[in-house]
Amino acid sequence: MALIEIRGIHKHFGNHPVFTALDLEVEEHQVVCLIGPSGCGKSTLLRCINGLEEIDGGEIRIDGDRITGPGVDVNALRREVGIVFQSYNLFPHMTVLENVMLAPTRVLRQPHDAAAATAMGLLRRIGLEAKAREYPDRLSGGQQQRVAIVRALAMEPRVLLLDEITSALDPELVAEVLNIVRDLAAEGMTMLLATHEMGFAREVAAKICFLCDGVVHEEGPPAEIFGAPRRERTRMFLRRIIEAGRL
Amino acid sequence: MRAEDSPARDVADGGNQGGQRFRVGAPPPSVTRLCGAALAVAGLVVVASWATLRDLRAALQTLGQAGAIADTLLLLLGMAAIALIVPGARSLLLARRADTALAQGDVIGARVAASAARNLAWITFGYAAAQILGLLAIEFLIANDLAVSRTFFLLPLIESSFFLILRAFWINVAIFMIAEVLVLIWGLVVALARLAPGAAGRPIRLIATFYVDVFRGLPAIINIYLIGFGIPLTGLPILKGMSQEAFAVLALTLTNGAYVAEVYRAGIESIHWSQTAAARSLGLSYMQTLRYVIVPQGVRQIIPPLLNNFIGLQKDTALVNVIGTIDAFNQSIIVASNNFNLSAVTTVAALFVLITIPQARLVDSMVARDRRRMRTGAG
Ligand SMILES: Nc1ncnc2c1ncn2[C@@H]1O[C@H](COP(=O)(O)OP(=O)(O)O)[C@@H](O)[C@H]1O
Ligand SMILES: [Mg+2]
Repeated sequence: MALIEIRGIHKHFGNHPVFTALDLEVEEHQVVCLIGPSGCGKSTLLRCINGLEEIDGGEIRIDGDRITGPGVDVNALRREVGIVFQSYNLFPHMTVLENVMLAPTRVLRQPHDAAAATAMGLLRRIGLEAKAREYPDRLSGGQQQRVAIVRALAMEPRVLLLDEITSALDPELVAEVLNIVRDLAAEGMTMLLATHEMGFAREVAAKICFLCDGVVHEEGPPAEIFGAPRRERTRMFLRRIIEAGRL
Repeated sequence: MRAEDSPARDVADGGNQGGQRFRVGAPPPSVTRLCGAALAVAGLVVVASWATLRDLRAALQTLGQAGAIADTLLLLLGMAAIALIVPGARSLLLARRADTALAQGDVIGARVAASAARNLAWITFGYAAAQILGLLAIEFLIANDLAVSRTFFLLPLIESSFFLILRAFWINVAIFMIAEVLVLIWGLVVALARLAPGAAGRPIRLIATFYVDVFRGLPAIINIYLIGFGIPLTGLPILKGMSQEAFAVLALTLTNGAYVAEVYRAGIESIHWSQTAAARSLGLSYMQTLRYVIVPQGVRQIIPPLLNNFIGLQKDTALVNVIGTIDAFNQSIIVASNNFNLSAVTTVAALFVLITIPQARLVDSMVARDRRRMRTGAG
C-alpha cells in the first residue's frame, strides 16, 4: 500500500476545474516529482494533501487514513505532512531559531530546551547555526529557504511536500537548497515535489508525474519520461523546457 | 576654467544653434530685484519689530513690570530682530556679484552666485513671515489695554489656582490611563470577534459589527451622558454603585474600543495570507496562528494609529464634565466663574497640550521609521 494515495479527486475554483479525477500514488521513502505547465495545479495538489485546500470529490489517504472530507483533524494531519513554499514564508518577527521552534513547542508541546536543542541540531546540519539568532530579513533567499525546510523538518513529518522551492531564488543559490533535498532523499524521506528543475528531478525522483488538463497525463521513471515520453503533450512540454535551456 | 573654454560660452553669447543644447548652460536671469525686495522686506519687519517692542514696553509699564531686567530683555529681542537684515543684505551682495560675473562673461560663476542669492532671498522672506506672525501675536496680547492677556493669562490667578487644577487633572490622567488599558484589551476582543471564522462565527461577527457601527457613530459626549446619568437611574446592582469616574472610564472604553477594534482589524488583515498558510501548514490552530504569527506582526503596524487614538481619548476625558465629575476642566470652570476670568482654563488647556506633544512626536518618529524601513526593504 502506498503512503499517499490520491483517488479520483475533483477540484474547481468557481467554474474553473483544476482536477478532474486525478490519481496519484507515492510510496514510502519514495521521491516523486510533479512537472507540468504553469497553472496546471501543482501547487493546488500539494495544498490539498496538506489540508490547506479542500477537494470537491474523490479522496486522499495517507498510510491508509482518509484525510479529506468531513471530520478530519487537519491540525493532526499537518503534523505528519510538512510543506515548504516557493516564497519561504518565514515569520519575519521571529528569529531563525524561533521560526524553527514555534511548531514543536506550541503544537507538539515539546519543552523549550529540548525543542531548542533539536532546532540547533537541524540548523547545524544545514550550516546555519551561526544565523540562529538573526531575523529572516538578514538572510539570503537560499538561506531563508533552507530555514523553511528545517522548520518543516522540526515537526518530524512522515511526508514532505516541496512547492517549487527554488523558483524564487537567484541561480547561484539554487544548489545549496537542492543539496538539502538530495540529502533528505538519500535518508529515505518521502517527498512529493513540484519543480521546474528538470535535471534535479531526473536525478532524485523515482517517479515523474506530468500534470496536465486536471489529471496526471503521463507518469513513469525519469529515464522514460525524459528519454521517451509516450504522449504528445508531454513531448511538447519537454521541448519547450529544452528550448528554455532548463534541461 | 576660462570662460572661453566653457561649452556654455556660445549660449552666453546668445548663439543657441541647433536647438539641442542643454538649457542648464544658459545665463541666469538677474536676481537683483528679488534680493532687493528681500532686503526691503527685512528692513520693514525690523522697523515693525521695534515698534511692537515699544508697545510691549509701555504695556509692561502699566502692569508695573517694567524695570532694568525687562528693558534688557527687550533690548536683546530688538537686537535679535535686526538679525533678519543679514541674509537680506548678503543675498543682495551675491546678486550684485552675479551681475558682475555675467558682465565679465563668467556664466558659471554668475549661475552659482545667483542661485545662492535666490536661496538667501527666500530664506529672508520665510523668516520675515515668521517674525510678522510673532509680532501679530504680541500685538494681539497687548491690544485694547492688555484685554487678551488679562482674560486668558492673568498670572496671579494662574499661580493661585495651579495646584488645585493640577490635582484635578490627576482625575483626567487616571481616567485615560485606565481607559487606555481597557481599550487595548476590549478592542482586540471585538476585532477578533469581527474576524471569527466560518459559519459558527457568523452571529458573533454580526454582533461585533453592529457594536462597532453604533459606537463609532455615537458622539462620545452623548455616550458619557447616557451612561453617567442613565445607569444610576436603572438601579442595577453593582453597576449603579460605581463612581462617576468609573462610568466615564466605561463610556470612553466603549467608544474608543470600537475605533481601536477597527485599527486592530486593519492591522491583522494587512498581514499577507501566506503567513497564515505557513503557520497552519505547521499544524498551528486558528487561534495559535493569530496569537503567535498574525497579531504580533499586525500590532507593529498599528502602534501609530493606536497612539493617535489615545491622544483623542485623553482629550475626551474633558467631556466628563457633562456628568459633573470634578476633573481639571470642571475645576477650572469653577475657578473661572468665581473670578470672572478664564486664566485657570488656560492652565488646563496647556496641560492637555503638554501631555500630547511628546506622544505626537513619538507617532511622527515611528511613522518616519516605518517609512525608512519600507524604503530599505527590510522587514
Ligand atoms: N485560490 C484560488 N482561487 C481561484 N483560482 C485559483 C486559486 N488558486 C489557484 N487557482 C487556479 O488554479 C489553477 C492551478 O493553480 P496552481 O495550483 O497554482 O498551478 P501551478 O502551481 O501548477 O502553477 C490556476 O489556473 C490558478 O489560476
Ligand atoms: Mg505553483
